[in-house]
Amino acid sequence: MIELEDVSVSYGDRPVFGDVSLNLPQGSFHFLTGPSGAGKTTLLRLCYLARRPDRGRVSLFGEPAAALDRDGVSALRRRVGVVHQDCQFVDHLSVAENVLLPVMVSGGDVAAAEADMKDLLSWVGLDHAAERLPTELSGGERQRAALARAVILSPDVILADEPTGNVDWEMSLRIIGLLVELNKLGKTILCATHDLSLIRQVKSRTSARVLRLRSGALELAGSDL
Amino acid sequence: MLSGGDQSVERIVPRSGFTMTLTLAAAAAMAFLAVFVAAVAGGADRLADAWEDSLTGTATVRAPVALGDGDALAQALGQVLDQTPGIETRRRIGTDEQAALLSPWFGDEIPLDLLNLPVLIEVTLTDEGPDAEELTDRLRAVSPEAVYDDHGQWQAPVQAAASRLRLLALTSLLVIGLITAAVLALAANASLAANGRIIDVLRLVGASDRFITRLFVRRFAVRAAAGAAIGSLIGLLAVLAVPAPDAATGAPGVGFSGAGWSWPFIVPVLAAIIAYGATRAAAARRLRDIS
Ligand SMILES: Nc1ncnc2c1ncn2[C@@H]1O[C@H](COP(=O)(O)OP(=O)(O)OP(=O)(O)O)[C@@H](O)[C@H]1O
Ligand SMILES: [Mg+2]
Repeated sequence: MIELEDVSVSYGDRPVFGDVSLNLPQGSFHFLTGPSGAGKTTLLRLCYLARRPDRGRVSLFGEPAAALDRDGVSALRRRVGVVHQDCQFVDHLSVAENVLLPVMVSGGDVAAAEADMKDLLSWVGLDHAAERLPTELSGGERQRAALARAVILSPDVILADEPTGNVDWEMSLRIIGLLVELNKLGKTILCATHDLSLIRQVKSRTSARVLRLRSGALELAGSDL
Repeated sequence: MLSGGDQSVERIVPRSGFTMTLTLAAAAAMAFLAVFVAAVAGGADRLADAWEDSLTGTATVRAPVALGDGDALAQALGQVLDQTPGIETRRRIGTDEQAALLSPWFGDEIPLDLLNLPVLIEVTLTDEGPDAEELTDRLRAVSPEAVYDDHGQWQAPVQAAASRLRLLALTSLLVIGLITAAVLALAANASLAANGRIIDVLRLVGASDRFITRLFVRRFAVRAAAGAAIGSLIGLLAVLAVPAPDAATGAPGVGFSGAGWSWPFIVPVLAAIIAYGATRAAAARRLRDIS
């Protein structure tokens, strides 16, 4: 689904990582871990084409990303659900409207998608908050609303950047549980988190693999978690 | 895609904000000016037409008379006119009638015999009219100081003034259009900058440039058209409140005639088109800058 081949990224003359390769097959579940500042967000941004690598190749759904124009990038983003680290809402729109945003921008039938939106909001436990503004939500509620928005178009791939970033243990388990459910439906999942205990908790229940970014390199973590 | 009365999509770009107010106000002011300028040009046209209507097709023959023999002279001049191709009818303006014309200046008690009124013959012309020089020569054979006056010296300056005014109006309209485009482009730019975060979010969830551009273009085109409609209406009312031009007194006027009446209705459409173009250009530039 998503393939990175020998990609390198640096900000200015400061390299974040070099010659990193990654292949996410369909239906796989990967955690991406590593210390703060290791480049987890940067790697995810490569995956949804918010950044182009300085070197190396990125392919989505078998298509090389370098060949895409702006419209092509937009079209691909509609096939990838992203939970951003900072959620990225339109603050004057209600939670319900924010969740429907991908439907609006893809020119879909918003009225018809409203039932899906309600289902998703109750799936993430936010039926009570549909008409509130994003700024009126707690951190965990925001993360869950972002997850609802990420899956409204039923994408095959879901990228989650610290979806449990600022929520308590119980809520973290709940959010990861939602991702596990999606994976069981056949979705390809890549979830960045620095919370190793969370990974340990979930790993037993899924076939999730753990990737670790450390000092500019990506490695598959084994039993040394 | 954006139709179907979909209110959520319409809400993505906030309705309020100073750029929206600026667009509305600027479009209204510019539309008012455009309607007014067009009305001034239309008034000049109408006045010129009225002058021309009253002047073309007629001419006057004037000859001074020594005391007493006015009738004989009038008859002699009449004969010349009768033999002139291009003259349709002739009518002598008698002393009584001339006195009536003069009474506004001299009062009713005009001493006609002292004024020594000339022989005045009003003629109507065929479409081709007579050869003015040749006719004058023949009239002067009868009365050396006879004058054939086809009002030509009046028409030329009126026409010149009218066409000068038309040119000025056209230039003004062009300037108004350019200023409107500049102000709207500025407002659109400010709005795109103020809503930069929204644009970022939209792009993150997969909005195409076309989709984002359309949101702003629609908002600005609708705003500009609404503002221009208000401005045009006020302009139209202002124009209607000015008295009509009058050819007889030469009073200047403003107004429309014929197709000119469609102008107040065209202006809002033009404003929408200008807003459309200006916003599109601004959005294209902006979106190209953010990767
Ligand atoms: N826009 C940017 N300009 C310059 N440097 C940046 C930019 N974004 C990230 N960086 C730097 O790149 C490195 C990797 O950042 P990144 O956000 O990918 O880390 P992360 O692993 O997601 O961290 P965290 O766990 O804190 O979210 C950091 O050192 C960061 O300071
Ligand atoms: Mg991060």
